[in-house]
Amino acid sequence: MARVLINLPARARRGEIIEIKTLIAHPMETGYRLGPTGAAIPRDIIKRFLCTYNGEEVFRAELFPAIAANPFIAFFTVATESGEIVFSWTDDHGETQTEVRQITVE
Amino acid sequence: MRVLLLALAVAAVAAAAPAEIAPGDRRSGYDFAGPESRAMQDDDTANPGMLGVLQGEGLWATKAGGADRSCADCHGNARTSMKGVAARYPALEPAVGSLLDLEERINRCRGEHQGAAPFAWESEDLLALTAFVAYQSRGLPIAVRGDGELQSFVDLGSELFHRRQGQLNLSCSQCHDDNWGKRLAGAVIPQAHPTGYPVYRLEWQSLGSLQRRLRNCMSGVRAEPYEYGAPEAVALELYLMARARGMALETPAVRP
Repeated sequence: MARVLINLPARARRGEIIEIKTLIAHPMETGYRLGPTGAAIPRDIIKRFLCTYNGEEVFRAELFPAIAANPFIAFFTVATESGEIVFSWTDDHGETQTEVRQITVE
Repeated sequence: MRVLLLALAVAAVAAAAPAEIAPGDRRSGYDFAGPESRAMQDDDTANPGMLGVLQGEGLWATKAGGADRSCADCHGNARTSMKGVAARYPALEPAVGSLLDLEERINRCRGEHQGAAPFAWESEDLLALTAFVAYQSRGLPIAVRGDGELQSFVDLGSELFHRRQGQLNLSCSQCHDDNWGKRLAGAVIPQAHPTGYPVYRLEWQSLGSLQRRLRNCMSGVRAEPYEYGAPEAVALELYLMARARGMALETPAVRP
């Protein structure tokens, strides 16, 4: 499992705009580089990032080879109700890493 | 004629003894980095070096080698046992009589106490564990002393720092003592204080050691870089740490 750092407030007021910051360890290998033997290093990137808030999609991003290693994605959403915020990153191999964080809205 | 001679003499003295940076003028590479890079370093959830620290924390508690022991089994909680350690390295290892940097110290510990194979130089695991250990000293002043039994190593490092080398015939000192703050192409020349190693360098897109950075600079002046772990490389590391004595450690720093 890749290492992940997620920063979001544990508590928020209802209707408050909150910032969510995510960082995941990933080489984001472009597929354009050559290895020591001259053979192309196969492409290996995260293709899709998705964030849902109590099941509802609040943010989605498509990623491309020009994005640097260890992609950092920050975005805003409105704190509507207490519950789960789920983050998932899907890579070229179709594997998905999922992380869940709780938020309390008062 | 006399005036000319005097001017020549002054110029010769200036060329022979490049001005060392006064303690009050010393500045970390952080000060030369752009606002975006500084913001990235300041926020632990945006600093990609923290991914290495996180990985190192896992390795600290992982049992390894024939002894089936983890770092934590001997050293306990790194927050207390490793606090201030990185600020004292490179250090002399009395048993072997040679100078070890933090990476080499960790690898020796692996061999002697865990019975495990050493991590490869510049491998992700070695950088992560080093970053985790150095992170425990974040904010503490660099405490490397350049005297006593370390004197001869510092002298060697100093000599290498001031020696012209490579096809460009430049010494480290000509850029980092004499011309810091000016620009080399688009980049500002920093003062070469190793305050945040291992650093996350955006150009590398990964953590990297001080030795890797030194090799980078050496190939920049078209000199043959020292091998990883070469006595010259570690002496240079020691000289730079002694030169930065008193400055705060920032590991894991973010640099362009």
